[in-house]
Amino acid sequence: MSTLAANWRTVIRSGLIAGGVALYTALIGMLVAFDEREVVRNSFTLGQLLLVAPAVLVGWLTGRKSIEVPAVQLLLRGLVAGIVSSLPLLALLLVSSLVNLRTVLINVDKDLVRLISFDHGVGLSGALILASALGAAGILGAFVHLIPARLRHALLTALAWMLGAGILGELVRQLLSQFLDREALSWFLRRDTLKPEPAAVLFAVVLLADLFWSWFRETRGRREGPAPRALQFTRVGGLAVLLLLLPLLVGSAISDVLSNIGLYILMGLGLNIAVGLAGLFDLGYVTNFAVGAYTMGVLTSTGVLGIENKMGVTVFNFWLVLPVSLLVAMFTGFILALPVLRMRGDYLAIATLGFGEIIRLLALSDWLKPIIGGAQGVLFIPAPNFFGVELIGPQRLYYIILGACLLAIFVSSRLNNSRTGRQWMAIREDEDVASAMGINTARSKLLAFTISAATGGVAGAIFAAKLGTIFPTSFNLLVSVNVLSLIIIGGLGSLPGIIVGALFLVGLPELLREFDEFRLLLYGTLMVTMMLARPEGLWPSAVYQREVRRGEERAPPQAGEQAA
Amino acid sequence: MNGNSPLLVLDDVHASYGNIHALKGVSLRVEEGEIVTLIGSNGAGKSTTLRTISGLMRARAGKILFRGEDLQARAAHELVALGVALVPEGRRVFARLSVTENLEMGAWHRGDSQGIASDIDNAFTLFPRLGERRNQLAGTMSGGEQQMLATARALMSRPSLLLMDEPSMGLAPVLVETIFETIEQINSEGTTILLVEQNAQMALGVASRGYVLQSGNIVLDDDAASLRENPVVQKAYLGMD
Repeated sequence: MSTLAANWRTVIRSGLIAGGVALYTALIGMLVAFDEREVVRNSFTLGQLLLVAPAVLVGWLTGRKSIEVPAVQLLLRGLVAGIVSSLPLLALLLVSSLVNLRTVLINVDKDLVRLISFDHGVGLSGALILASALGAAGILGAFVHLIPARLRHALLTALAWMLGAGILGELVRQLLSQFLDREALSWFLRRDTLKPEPAAVLFAVVLLADLFWSWFRETRGRREGPAPRALQFTRVGGLAVLLLLLPLLVGSAISDVLSNIGLYILMGLGLNIAVGLAGLFDLGYVTNFAVGAYTMGVLTSTGVLGIENKMGVTVFNFWLVLPVSLLVAMFTGFILALPVLRMRGDYLAIATLGFGEIIRLLALSDWLKPIIGGAQGVLFIPAPNFFGVELIGPQRLYYIILGACLLAIFVSSRLNNSRTGRQWMAIREDEDVASAMGINTARSKLLAFTISAATGGVAGAIFAAKLGTIFPTSFNLLVSVNVLSLIIIGGLGSLPGIIVGALFLVGLPELLREFDEFRLLLYGTLMVTMMLARPEGLWPSAVYQREVRRGEERAPPQAGEQAA
Repeated sequence: MNGNSPLLVLDDVHASYGNIHALKGVSLRVEEGEIVTLIGSNGAGKSTTLRTISGLMRARAGKILFRGEDLQARAAHELVALGVALVPEGRRVFARLSVTENLEMGAWHRGDSQGIASDIDNAFTLFPRLGERRNQLAGTMSGGEQQMLATARALMSRPSLLLMDEPSMGLAPVLVETIFETIEQINSEGTTILLVEQNAQMALGVASRGYVLQSGNIVLDDDAASLRENPVVQKAYLGMD
């Protein structure tokens, strides 16, 4: 009896937590902001999705805890959790009908009331509709556990694809517009919004494909061992062709997003050497980015600040300055590493954080204004020239970034498996013992900082040439935070993880303008969720995986599960 | 080389953590081939002594001579090459590396891959448990196994002096016996050992000589058998009345 009561207490408590989350998203204006984007035209908006998401999730979670109870009980718990999660929003409806909350909570406006009451106003009907909608969402979440595994996977995958296509409507339009004319395109989308018919078709196609695939795999039996050489070769070749053709396939706007993602991948690879391999928590990575960018800017600019105008030297171009930027960044990295060599952990993070701020303030300062332009920045940085072809525009710059990323990936993976890499790993694990083993920790940490800085410098130099102008505002703390976050979310020390992390943290906000305002909130939520659900990251390194998931039998992560 | 000169000499060594004066003039010597133990209660300065010898801490005053050479002039990472290896307090194995990888780390300064491979085999003969778990992550092993690994890792550098810091800490009595048997075995194969222990009973059982450390001072210094008979030691460290 008492365990039963305890179970219900858990259900109610989880429901209240979900309700708190829903109330929070409402009060900060996230619900209303997201409501402006329809996921599927005339069907539902991102705001509505966000409104029911906590209830679905809590239904799913309570269902997971009570998997062994009878089906009716399971659904009942989902229902109760869902209804309980509507309580905070109900209270909000009630209070806002009595007093004008807007004077204090500016986001509690008509739009919010309309959204959470599903157009039924603050009265009883609105409240009933909200409670029953979230109750239904709770049941839905719990119901997921009752679907047979194979069908469940297919349904969730199909749902993820449909929602993904709907939310990233702009991306879908950009992709399709490369192949379809206006008329054909208008069957799929209206502006950036997916229409119901293609959404349904997409859902059905993915559902069937997934069912077919799981049936296919089962009948053929799972292949064991590494893939044959020929197949591996085809895969790598296919990937290479895809990477080369990508900017042509996706058009200019998406290529720009890809370039930004690429720059962050580059920085992620660099910072990974310090943080992922050597365990040095560097929160001032923007320093290297800024040094690289300003080196490129000052040496190649054709404006008043450029070396060309000041000294009449015209030999500098992008290709010549790129290695110079790298060297200058390495040198700064080396110099800044010297005073922090004896610091560890949080102290190191705080000190490097300070360096990041110092660089930004130096860039802004009047003192250096004659050289790097202060708040006015450096203008007229020419685009790189490749044997007479001016690499202007994201579709062409993409290739430079791709090349730099591939080089950095190559170097990183070689370092990873080298004696130097092992040395860094030992320092990360235990610095004292590492030095007792005969490792010169000071030299090895300096090396990590310096190599890490080099990559950041290259990213900065390309960034300067890409934009053509640089301003101190581009070099703020957020750059360091972004780079560190993408490493952690991708999986500390994992190279594929950096790419996945950059796609998530840099790509998504670029495609979803609505997210931009809530970017930091998203980061925070993602970080906490990651630490709870997948502490090893989205695509963990082999070492980290065997550490965190030891002893647990675990199927490889599947796209559908993650999206759900 | 003068066979009679001690392997390790500490002469009036002082060390401190900030304002806390942890070692107030420690002097001791370890002869080639001996097991010397340093016993004392918690906070007496035992670990500080070892940290200072191994260069993880700097002495404020005094001399530390290894084969007549001043260790103070050397950085911590240079000591392995001289023949000094440390088994740190609390094991401190590289948790996210496998057993074999930990052993390879121990042989970091050596370049002879064949010698390293045969030493790893020797380590697995000395500690069969480690051989059974050669691919396991060190962090997932039991305390006793980690102690074996930390010891084996230190031996990988083929040291002439092994500094052991509280090898019995936190281990079940049966395991403590095994560890001390191994210590005797390592010593019989020619490695000199300076053993820091709280478990005075066991330590004095294997050592030839011992020092008693109290609040940063050496208060007693004798051969192990006499120390065991000493009423002060019996009362304070052996739990006898």
